[in-house]
Amino acid sequence: MAFKKSAIPFSGTPKQEEQLREVINRHKDDPGALMPVLQEAQEIYGYLPIEVQQMIADAMEIPLEKVYGVVTFYAQFSINPKGKYKISVCLGTACYVKGSGNLYTKLQEKLGISGGEITPDGKFSLDACRCIGACGLAPVLTINEDVYGRLTPDDIDTILAKYN
Amino acid sequence: MNVIKTIDELNAVKAKYADVVGTRIEGKENGVRDVLVCGGTGCTSSGSMKIIDVLKEEIKKNGLEDKVNIIKTGCFGLCALGPIMIVYPEGTFYSKTEPEHIPEIVEQHLKNGNPVKKYLYAETVNGDEIKSLNETAFYANQHRVALRNCGVISPEHVEEYIARDGYQALYKCLTQLTPDDVIEIILNSGLRGRGGAGFPTGKKWMLARNLVKDADQKYVCCNADEGDPGAFMDRSVLEGDPHTVIEAMAIAGYAIGANQGYIYVRAEYPIAVERLKIAIKQAEEIGMLGDDIFGTGFKFHLGLRLGAGAFVCGEETALMTSIEGNRGEPRPRPPFPAVKGLFGKPTILNNVETYANVCQIILNGADWFASMGTEKSKGTKVFALGGKIHNTGLVEVPMGTTLRTVIDDIGGGIPNGKKFKAAQTGGPSGGCIPAQHLDIPIDYDNLIAIGSMMGSGGLIVMDEDNCMVDIAKFFLDFTVDESCGKCTPCRIGTKRMYEMLEKITKGKATMEDLDKLEKLCYYIKDNALCGLGQTAPNPVLSTMRYFRDEYEAHIKEKRCPAGVCKSLLSFSIVKDKCVGCGLCARNCPASAISRTDYVAPGKKLAAMVIDTQKCVKCGVCMDNCKFNAISKG
Amino acid sequence: MVNIKINGAEYSVPDGSTILQAARTAGIKIPTLCYLKDINEIGACRICVVEVRGAKSLVAACVYPVNEGMEIFTNTPKVIESRRTTLELILSNHNMSCLSCSRGGNCELHQLCNEYGVDPHRFEGENQKTEIDNSAVHMYRDNSKCILCRRCVAACAATQRIGVIGANERGFATQITSAFDMDLADTACVSCGQCITACPTGALSEKDDTEKVLEAIANPDKYVVVQAAPAVRASLGEAFGYPIGTNVEGKMIAAMRRLGFDKVFDTNFSADLTIMEEAHEFLDRVQNGGTLPMITSCSPGWVRYCENYFPEFIPNLSSCKSPQQMFGAVVKTYYAQKIGKKPEDIICVSVMPCTAKKFEIGRDDQNAGGVPDVDISITTRELANLIKKAGIMFNDLPDEQADSPLGGYTGAGVIFGATGGVMEAALRTAAWKLTGEDNNAPVDFKEVRGVEGVKEATYNVGGKTVKVAVASGLANAKKLLKDIKAGKASYDFIEIMACPGGCVNGGGQIIQPASVRNFTDIRAERAKVLYGIDENCKLRRSHENPDIKALYSEFFGEPNSHKAHEVLHTTYKERKLYR
Repeated sequence: MAFKKSAIPFSGTPKQEEQLREVINRHKDDPGALMPVLQEAQEIYGYLPIEVQQMIADAMEIPLEKVYGVVTFYAQFSINPKGKYKISVCLGTACYVKGSGNLYTKLQEKLGISGGEITPDGKFSLDACRCIGACGLAPVLTINEDVYGRLTPDDIDTILAKYN
Repeated sequence: MNVIKTIDELNAVKAKYADVVGTRIEGKENGVRDVLVCGGTGCTSSGSMKIIDVLKEEIKKNGLEDKVNIIKTGCFGLCALGPIMIVYPEGTFYSKTEPEHIPEIVEQHLKNGNPVKKYLYAETVNGDEIKSLNETAFYANQHRVALRNCGVISPEHVEEYIARDGYQALYKCLTQLTPDDVIEIILNSGLRGRGGAGFPTGKKWMLARNLVKDADQKYVCCNADEGDPGAFMDRSVLEGDPHTVIEAMAIAGYAIGANQGYIYVRAEYPIAVERLKIAIKQAEEIGMLGDDIFGTGFKFHLGLRLGAGAFVCGEETALMTSIEGNRGEPRPRPPFPAVKGLFGKPTILNNVETYANVCQIILNGADWFASMGTEKSKGTKVFALGGKIHNTGLVEVPMGTTLRTVIDDIGGGIPNGKKFKAAQTGGPSGGCIPAQHLDIPIDYDNLIAIGSMMGSGGLIVMDEDNCMVDIAKFFLDFTVDESCGKCTPCRIGTKRMYEMLEKITKGKATMEDLDKLEKLCYYIKDNALCGLGQTAPNPVLSTMRYFRDEYEAHIKEKRCPAGVCKSLLSFSIVKDKCVGCGLCARNCPASAISRTDYVAPGKKLAAMVIDTQKCVKCGVCMDNCKFNAISKG
Repeated sequence: MVNIKINGAEYSVPDGSTILQAARTAGIKIPTLCYLKDINEIGACRICVVEVRGAKSLVAACVYPVNEGMEIFTNTPKVIESRRTTLELILSNHNMSCLSCSRGGNCELHQLCNEYGVDPHRFEGENQKTEIDNSAVHMYRDNSKCILCRRCVAACAATQRIGVIGANERGFATQITSAFDMDLADTACVSCGQCITACPTGALSEKDDTEKVLEAIANPDKYVVVQAAPAVRASLGEAFGYPIGTNVEGKMIAAMRRLGFDKVFDTNFSADLTIMEEAHEFLDRVQNGGTLPMITSCSPGWVRYCENYFPEFIPNLSSCKSPQQMFGAVVKTYYAQKIGKKPEDIICVSVMPCTAKKFEIGRDDQNAGGVPDVDISITTRELANLIKKAGIMFNDLPDEQADSPLGGYTGAGVIFGATGGVMEAALRTAAWKLTGEDNNAPVDFKEVRGVEGVKEATYNVGGKTVKVAVASGLANAKKLLKDIKAGKASYDFIEIMACPGGCVNGGGQIIQPASVRNFTDIRAERAKVLYGIDENCKLRRSHENPDIKALYSEFFGEPNSHKAHEVLHTTYKERKLYR
């Protein structure tokens, strides 16, 4: 089987590990703690590589496979690092009927990556999302915390240029 | 604030803040202006936080700190015009506000009392007369129950909620009503679940109260995992009026005998999450959540759980499985959650908008609520208007309002002079409603009868440029992506449906394929494990029902009437219109355009031509041509 | 009781029955694929759908409870067409190389497809990309044949509480894999094979070592001996049409002889030998302050589980090799000497109800003669395949007896194959010993028999109180060990078997479809065979076995002697959970 470990070496710090242990301890009496623990772990590390999932599995005394099964079920969790700039194109209905599919295609062409991937320099990662609720601005994309609305594919170059 | 133990203490807070909030509601004059800036997701995305920063600066510069309050509210509803800023007591409505507008507005309006007309929403200005927000067509036709506090109060200040009768309903329930009374009121109000299927809320509560008598633990859950792409009313309630949900959940806890609740909210709604956290903390601080609410001994605690990006978690059993820390896969029912829900205990789950009606029903009575709406669908419904419509945003109308009213009167119709084609309701579980049904009163049963459903209230308008097969494919793509993969019909069936639709949009399908697709739709409806799967075929079935001609055009004529499906498109240059400027050729990414020898009469340069073999059908040439010389077909 | 109607006829069925169970009492078999009673009641595959009057869609009979007045229809055109479509959808994403499939003729999916008359090509489209996992020594995983019923996941996560495989990703991309798609060999899989016997199709199968056996037999330079474990004779007949619970010991031996083995022996013999060593080890620990409780070590799945998950209990494990390994060790030392062969010229084949035995033969410290004790370990299923492949007409064979001297056994040896059997066999010899070798000491210890997951008993033998526990299935073992760790329970002697019910229900046994397993306790039926043999044995205590007596007098001296330790005992090591 092709082992799906991230190709980028794990570079977790002792401080991050300490933070993670604190999170697990804080949740240890919560019923159904795995989801909040994973969410906070992803905030600490930016993603959930095998090393992090193992720490969680061991500390919570659950099989690693169960952790992995949960991680791969939810779109929000990632086993690969995201780019410095996380681009997310809304493919919700309101955005789609206003042409966000074309934005997504254009970005894939421009960045030379498919959805869910990261550019080789680690700068951009591209994902599609389902409705961020800014339907009034459709079609919308976000780059990290910045929201760009009422776009056409021609706007893509200008927007990307801001991050280069 | 101190812990509130008695009705007197609650009323004291109410009285103290009534004036503050009253400025906004009734236009009371107290010498102070309230500037309400929308802090909902839509306006925040278009820059309302920057507006607040500049406002603060300018107010300071003008020394108006004592004369002006800046209030960050939840959504006003008219997202298309964001960032929105309302100034009370006048109620003047500034739209599409930019930071550069602020100095002038502060100086002219806030300091000197003269609204700056050029920055106001055009519809509110008529010569010298300035209309308030509530008089605009967008608001005048609405009736706000669930959204009553959105855009009116600061969601981060529980005092303002209390000033608007907050926590009065909870007090009434705990001190004057038995749990059975509460359930009866909800039952009699006719309130039905606003999250999708429209199950009577009171009945749900009654089952959870009565079916398992000796449960050691019960739960109250709130479904705030608003996953329907294009619906955002729950988000707006949470952002604009989080306490109303908290109060209603406590009431539900009292009614069914639960002392623990969970709100399961989408992590993609950071503002809503933040405001909920603040609201829960405030409710705990003033004793509206805790071990001895209003000194009655009633105990209710609330936890927040974040979703992690799985549409299926909007399905009730999947949501519970997810809270339990598992893959959010639905479980077969029975057992129903009222018997065996979260952590195996009796549980009720209602969505945000449903809860947002509860306190008003308790305070105003079942009859008041039942007086609104149609025979079987009472009250109001919030819709998220989106797509090809002027006034994208949130609207709340009585059940039974027609689609035409919502789209034309409130929504302002379709932009660019295009023709209405369909309205999509119910998201991936719903269907597309054609023009012929625009005058049907919207309620649960009517929508089902015409092949759609209420769903959570997304209402996406489509015009003649939208291909209905493509729309069906879009929804199936969504369902395939969001299928949990547990049951065969949904896991494989929806994938095969998507592939068949793809075949149609590529012009490779036969009429037998269409027949096979239809059969597969009915099979999945009958056989899938959960609501997501069972309703997944609706977008296909409804478009097949009303727009069969479009399907047939793709199949028989290999043509996409709306000109959307790329494989079926061809671009060509109308040689007699072409001036030969060459702009199209310079912009063509595939170098598919070259010059001919033909010079059209009256033109100076030879016309261009598209090599259809090389053409990638991107449409760039058409966008660039200033002479309408490129045709698509 | 509730009154219901099925296809118009009235029935009265017990409260709480599912539609599936209710229909069964009415003589109607509703097809199932994902349903496994108690451990996988997920209603996922939708093959069991039926119509219920008033329901808005079809319902899954496997999990839908009946209620008073319910009207059920199990064979309307809509039901039949729905089931057929479900099968056709499964086939549209299924590797249909049925002709060469390990489960050819024994595939639940294939069977249903035949019954429902499917068009295998009605739906076509993308097939999921899968990879074969060939990494583990005991099994072969081919997800292109997986139908995502998740029975294997339930076996691993619920029955065994291990959970090294599970559903990952979602939607059409869902696959049953281990975390990060690791090779199974890199996980803490204990090789119990319960996933294989749970699988309705050919997605999971044992590693096929039958060709190795045929090559060994065909090699003129090798002397090939075979042993068959107690539980094999209680299941092998099922592959040849015998009812579950038929003893086919005689035919099994006859068949193995016809395959061409030089000698056909019996693991029952070395089970007796194990008892000699283990009972004496126990007495030694009790009398000389050794680590207690002592825990049996004949189940390699359990031993691996202990090493992976509860290494703190390694000192509690009996140092005795398992009967399979003791047999091989004796063959490569004592028997090699006896027949004047070098150990390397002897090939020892074992037939086991177990897939973990394939792992066990490769363990460290299992090579008494300087070569591996056992060379090839095949499962009951592989033996059945060999017999069929060789054209041996099993049903027509005469009953034959195993060869001597490693073929004779007592009743104590044969009950090893059922949960509680090792405990009872050990107690028989220990009681005899503790009572001063009194032949009237008790022989039957019925409290430790039966299929319950955890059994406890306290015996007073020869003035000593012995508290024992028996657990089968690793979920039960886990619970027991956790209780001991928490100080909630204490015992002197514990028997643990990895598989629920013991070896009779091992991962290498003949696979019974869920339609049988959900309504028949195959563990109990097969165990009956072994207790039946025991009852009919003249000799029922291991130390009474004359061949064992000879072995000690000729070779080992006495139980737990230095030589016995060298040949018959082994060591364990802590293992990591991940590679």
